[in-house]
Amino acid sequence: MSHDEATEIRLINKIVVHFAYLPTEEAVIEVANHVSRFWDPRMKRRLFELVDSETKDFEPVAVAATALLR
Amino acid sequence: MTLLKEPDFGTPAKDGPASVSLEVDGMRVSVPEGTSVMRAAAMAGVDVPKLCATDRLEAFGSCRLCLVEIDGRRGTPASCTTPVADGMVVHTQTPKVAKLRENVMELYISDHPLDCLTCAANGDCELQDMAGAVGLRQVRYGYEGENHLDAVKDQSNPYFDFDPSKCIACSRCVRACDEIQGTFALTIEGRGFDSKVSPGAGESFMDSECVSCGACVQACPTATLQEKSVIQLGMPSRSVITTCAYCGVGCSFKAELRGDEVVRMVPHKDGGANEGHSCVKGRFAFGYATHPDRMLRPMVREKITDPWREVEWDEAIGTVARRMLEIRQRHGAGAIGAITSSRCTNEEVYVVQKMVRAAFGNNNVDTCARVCHSPTGYGLKQTFGESAGTQDFRSVAQSDVIMVIGANPTDGHPVFASRMKQRLRQGAKLIVVDPRRIDLVRSPHIEADHHLQLKPGTNVAVVNAMAHVVVTEGLVDQSFVGERCEGFDEWAQFISGTENSPEAVESITGVPASELRAAARLYAQGGNGAIYYGLGVTEHSQGSTMVMGMANLAMACGNIGRDGVGVNPLRGQNNVQGSCDMGSFPHELSGYRHVSDDAARKVFENLWGTTLLAEPGLRIPNMFDAAIEGTFRALFVHGEDIAQSDPNVKHVLAALGAMELVVVQDLFLNETAKFAHVFLPGASFLEKDGTFTNAERRINRVRAVMKPKSGRHEWDIVCQIATAMGYPMQYDHPSQIMDEIASVTPTFTGVSFDKLDEMGSVQWPCNEQAPDGTPIMHVDAFTRGLGRFVPTPFVPTDERSTRRFPLILTTGRILSQYNVGAQTRRTANIAWHQEDVLEIHSHDAEVRGIEDGDEVTLASRVGATTLHAQISDRMPTGVVYTTFHYPVTGANVVTTENSDWATNCPEYKVTAVQVTLAHPVSHLNGEAAADRELAVGLVD
Repeated sequence: MSHDEATEIRLINKIVVHFAYLPTEEAVIEVANHVSRFWDPRMKRRLFELVDSETKDFEPVAVAATALLR
Repeated sequence: MTLLKEPDFGTPAKDGPASVSLEVDGMRVSVPEGTSVMRAAAMAGVDVPKLCATDRLEAFGSCRLCLVEIDGRRGTPASCTTPVADGMVVHTQTPKVAKLRENVMELYISDHPLDCLTCAANGDCELQDMAGAVGLRQVRYGYEGENHLDAVKDQSNPYFDFDPSKCIACSRCVRACDEIQGTFALTIEGRGFDSKVSPGAGESFMDSECVSCGACVQACPTATLQEKSVIQLGMPSRSVITTCAYCGVGCSFKAELRGDEVVRMVPHKDGGANEGHSCVKGRFAFGYATHPDRMLRPMVREKITDPWREVEWDEAIGTVARRMLEIRQRHGAGAIGAITSSRCTNEEVYVVQKMVRAAFGNNNVDTCARVCHSPTGYGLKQTFGESAGTQDFRSVAQSDVIMVIGANPTDGHPVFASRMKQRLRQGAKLIVVDPRRIDLVRSPHIEADHHLQLKPGTNVAVVNAMAHVVVTEGLVDQSFVGERCEGFDEWAQFISGTENSPEAVESITGVPASELRAAARLYAQGGNGAIYYGLGVTEHSQGSTMVMGMANLAMACGNIGRDGVGVNPLRGQNNVQGSCDMGSFPHELSGYRHVSDDAARKVFENLWGTTLLAEPGLRIPNMFDAAIEGTFRALFVHGEDIAQSDPNVKHVLAALGAMELVVVQDLFLNETAKFAHVFLPGASFLEKDGTFTNAERRINRVRAVMKPKSGRHEWDIVCQIATAMGYPMQYDHPSQIMDEIASVTPTFTGVSFDKLDEMGSVQWPCNEQAPDGTPIMHVDAFTRGLGRFVPTPFVPTDERSTRRFPLILTTGRILSQYNVGAQTRRTANIAWHQEDVLEIHSHDAEVRGIEDGDEVTLASRVGATTLHAQISDRMPTGVVYTTFHYPVTGANVVTTENSDWATNCPEYKVTAVQVTLAHPVSHLNGEAAADRELAVGLVD
């Protein structure tokens, strides 16, 4: 596949950084809400796959937000 | 001059109650204090002859034609410069003034060519009219004496001629340039009989500072300044009021025609956005609409390597529908989608998104606003509750402090810039936040009080630092914040942190702390503070954060909810606001209601008789990614050239090349069409019926002045595709589409074509609560109830200058061109801009051995292009600038995939680049070349 596998990781990590001012629990909710409201289902599926692949590239809040999204 | 003459009261209106009563020729009239006798007379229905007066300009009192007699006063004062007084008795028609006027006219005519019958302005000439009005029957002075009849014409401007032999030295053109446009390009040179209008210091119009806005041509009462089109084609015979299709100002124009040929576009005095003013694009650059490059027949091809085959409409529509259905069947509903255009009407945009949601069966619809103002929608929705600017354009006349951030209004939004400059000349203070020294920083009679020349990508740090000053220096409007907002305490704690202080961010932003503190104090304490911003705010990786940062600052200072204040996006294209309003984003239905909102979705499902998806679709950059991945296979591109305008062109082209079906609907065979399998010819704005919504939420009517040259309306083609796909969409007229929009969109429930025709225009929300629209938003409460402060930490972009790419590229527009140039490049506007150039600071140029005009290579980590260098001190060292009006420039070959964290709006404004000579030793001798190599080595 020619798809840039890091796209979803890059995007969600950026979202995480912009909510970093919040306490972790709130940040997790906000990141999950943001992804839920703005990402196409296939991007979410891809995100889940990437998290499941146990890559170390995700910010911890992104992993927690993904869990919430499921 | 103009065919359709609006009432002209001679001098501008004065504000205030009609407290002064007087009598004019026996007619009683009451007017506000300060009104001129001429205007009062006109209001009483009495037209006083005039030549140098017009109500768009301050009284001048030079022509001596408007003389009147006033009981109890000596002499015959000029009615234009004489203010009214209570109890005044005015006589406009007496033997004495009649004789004087006749003598004055006689003198004018004695030095004016008597070629009325062959003059281009015959029938549209105030001098001619006034000769009749004063009853001139003879001219006793012959042409034997000194005269100006042999004065040489200046035909240098591509759009109008200047014939000084016909000039009556009324100064209307000079005053229009000064008072309305604010360019001060014209002057009256010489004294007495030698007085003559002169562009600049005796230059031609083309060589002068004239910006060809047309204000002088419109103001000229004779044929001295005359459109070339009128000279060539003759006087127009009919007039249609419509709306310009260039920038987001949304100027109203009278399209003046002979038959169905447009002779000229004249700005409409009653246009709410422009009030009779124009710029070179709207006024003159409409020739693209009839350019021979226009494609008028549908075309199809199996593969993009095949030649195009012209087909009938039915075959083209059938092909689109069939192939879309096939792809959907093979790859699923999510494999197809569309991009709507901010150049198209609200009605066209609405039917495209309806086609996607109802006929395609998904939410894969996005709009070109994605790549410009999507952060505006996000940021203002989060803070104020509505994805739109807060003010009408008129509001700027009440501003005391104007802050322009990341916008270049004199080039990008020139008609609004003229309004702004009028206020600045009256004394309003100006803060410019821009890496580049835009014209507003210092131009005739205007100088910014503060130019915060920040490093690209540091907007958020600057706005946070300003807010830090406001909070820590006790400048917060406590009563506004206490009554109208929420989240202040948390935000204030965040913003008060020392990391946000001007001193702490100085090394990041490059803005001296003392200058930033002074600017913050001025904005907070200077009276009505208004923020106007552009793509220099939104097109960053923190674009949405910056929009929220500005909203925070405005709320903290109480600068929301009244005339003269606000947070105002200057929208790039004519219908950016409208295309967003119409539900073009993949996550929102019309009126900015999220697709997951069950109640909102139900409204559409009931009306459309179908089920809608509750999850968002793909955004434009996601479409490209998915296309390369193979899950997105077909795209309908409505009036946008994504292959030229979107960033990281290589990636875009790869995505387009990967798709099975690309449908392009456009006026021209653009860059994107090279990847298209079906081309559907579009209609120009002159062929359209519908509405555009400008940056101030003003819904303007667009009226067709001719039938679609392709034979079909764009909205109808879209409906036919949907119908052919098995989802019937049927309207007889765009007004029915607007009626449907009104029925499903709470902010539009009061909008209809009838209402627009009656009112001229209306600003949404227009509904039961605001039947006449809403010029200013959030007056008593925010749309979301309480304004919400949102902490906005500064997160630097990942795009950094490096040893390999040590400069930062930022991009923008120039006055004469528009976006990718598809329209303006097909007009005489190319006389001002024949290519995009790279502006580079002399220091950066020198160390690279670059001289003015050299061909240089501009390279980033994603691509490289070649263009000519222009040495300029507008940028600080380390920053280069170019425009993207020509495909050959390929500015977006170098821009990257970086985007706004919240909306995916591309980061056009920050790209790390290197600039090198394209032909390294072209003009250097051996020693100089060696020096250059050494210098570049040091820089690298």
